[in-house]
Amino acid sequence: MTTAELIGADPGWLIAVKALIVFAICVLLTLMSVWGERRIVGRMQQRPGPNRVGPFGLIQALADGVKLALKEDIIPTAADKVVFVLAPIISATTCFMSFAVIPITGEVTMFGRQTAMQLTDIPVGVLYILAIASVGVYGIVLAGWSSGSTYPLLGGLRSSAQVISYEIAMGLSLVAVFMYAGSMSTSDIVAAQSSWWYAVVLFPSFAIYVISMVGETNRAPFDLAEAEGELVGGFHTEYSSLKFALFFLAEYVNIIAVSALATTLFLGGYKAPPGLGFTEGWLGGWFTAIWFFLKVLTFFFVFVWLRGTLPRLRYDQFMQFGWKVLIPVSILWILVVATLRVLSLQNAPRAIVIAFASTIVFIIMAVNVGFESAKKKKEQAIADGDNKSVPKFAVPSLPMEVSTINVSQKVGDDRE
Amino acid sequence: MTVSENLEPLKPKELGINDVEFYEVEQTPAVGFLGSMKGFWVTFSTMFKKPLTVEYPEVKAPTEERFHGRHQLNRHPDGLEKCIGCELCAWACPADAIYVEGETNTEENRMSPGERYGKVYQINYLRCVFCGLCIEACPTRALTMTNEYELADDTRAKLIFEKQDLLAPLRQGMLMPPHPMYPEMTDTNYYNGDVKQAHPSQETQ
Repeated sequence: MTTAELIGADPGWLIAVKALIVFAICVLLTLMSVWGERRIVGRMQQRPGPNRVGPFGLIQALADGVKLALKEDIIPTAADKVVFVLAPIISATTCFMSFAVIPITGEVTMFGRQTAMQLTDIPVGVLYILAIASVGVYGIVLAGWSSGSTYPLLGGLRSSAQVISYEIAMGLSLVAVFMYAGSMSTSDIVAAQSSWWYAVVLFPSFAIYVISMVGETNRAPFDLAEAEGELVGGFHTEYSSLKFALFFLAEYVNIIAVSALATTLFLGGYKAPPGLGFTEGWLGGWFTAIWFFLKVLTFFFVFVWLRGTLPRLRYDQFMQFGWKVLIPVSILWILVVATLRVLSLQNAPRAIVIAFASTIVFIIMAVNVGFESAKKKKEQAIADGDNKSVPKFAVPSLPMEVSTINVSQKVGDDRE
Repeated sequence: MTVSENLEPLKPKELGINDVEFYEVEQTPAVGFLGSMKGFWVTFSTMFKKPLTVEYPEVKAPTEERFHGRHQLNRHPDGLEKCIGCELCAWACPADAIYVEGETNTEENRMSPGERYGKVYQINYLRCVFCGLCIEACPTRALTMTNEYELADDTRAKLIFEKQDLLAPLRQGMLMPPHPMYPEMTDTNYYNGDVKQAHPSQETQ
């Protein structure tokens, strides 16, 4: 029996109980991950992090949440009140919704019924998650726009441009998974990974997904929308009290959600790592949730690690990386994967597959060599003092060697 | 980068209307993939190092010896106050944080050796910038600074320290003033440090 059939037989009350469990998991994981993030980043900076509220500071996030809820709730005079209130609600609800199709455990017994800890299993589960993520962008755009203030508007625009751009790369990186699994249903994709994780088989897709999920969630080093130095707080500058708490919640639930999706699509979901001899009988059933959360928390650690290590990207670099690197690379990768997949499905001779693969590798190497030699040529030109081939940037002159650059294209230069 | 000796600045006329002065910026060489991954190891390995911070309210790390903390009004070894109420500290104070009122010593009410003593002595810690100019100004070494830094409170009034808050505690061999001076000693002897402790005859009242 497939998971879809298994879940399809659930009575209404069980679905309600599962929804409650999923919600509780999301909120609890958020509270713990806020604490965990602060502790880990603290350790990375050689300080202990929050350790005063409760044992090991465990309820620090809860205390902060209560404090936030008790703060004065301000709606700016210039704000569009209805939209202003609606925006955080959209943000917070959509991020929870994507969790509905994430399989958390395999087959388990719940209140005497055979089922799986997955709220629903639809044939286009992953597409549903992508759609929900896109709706979540509305929360950000509307929050930025309805605040009636400059910084939030800029932050909201940046944020939406960023999320939309990286969603393309994200969606493209998932195509290879769909082709290999032959399904868009999350549980089928997990089942298809029983022998090999797609993170290994489709490593480029995995790498692109991991990069774009960081961009998608507006997290460091891609947190340009909340660049404190330039935009104060980004789209939520004007928000306070519970509405701000909702955005905060949404951000962390989003991180957990994209991590859960990465776990499901690339790391075999709730299944134990293949090849270690874990059978369904041993560490099966409810124990599968441990594998799931272990993998999700590993992703979360990567998020924190990135934040602790990398400085924020410049906006144009970030957009260039998304559009000029991630998207073309994933399109090319899809072409390669599709060809290989068709070859293997049509039982093509092994020699043809190997020939194709080696041709691809050869082309990549040739392109790489071309790039390298062009770079060398440029460096040689610089070393030879040939300034013609070096791009010149006009910068304010210092009391050093001064030469000139002609910028005759520039209009309205009123020198002299 | 050194500026070459024979460098002549460009004359304004050499610059065309559309010319902008520039200098070449030295580009840092690319570090490669592994080079850019180095930072990840730094943060990861730091996680297993001992934190450098101090658990402040429980653990109080000692300050530097000459840390500028709360002030203290010192006493002579027999317990008489060193402050003579000259107000030099108040005049030296750039933040106008010190208020002093002097009073004449009498035989019945002697607080310090010599003619006068500080009757009212207030330091406003909402104003004080801990610069230490008052300490430099004090002619009798009456005013010094301690290392105490926990100076926070919930009202403004509590942060105006009175004389009794600032006075040093009585040590071994000291008597609580007012009491007469050490027999056959002048204020000059006091300042020279000839008085080592209180004399039994000083216990009058």
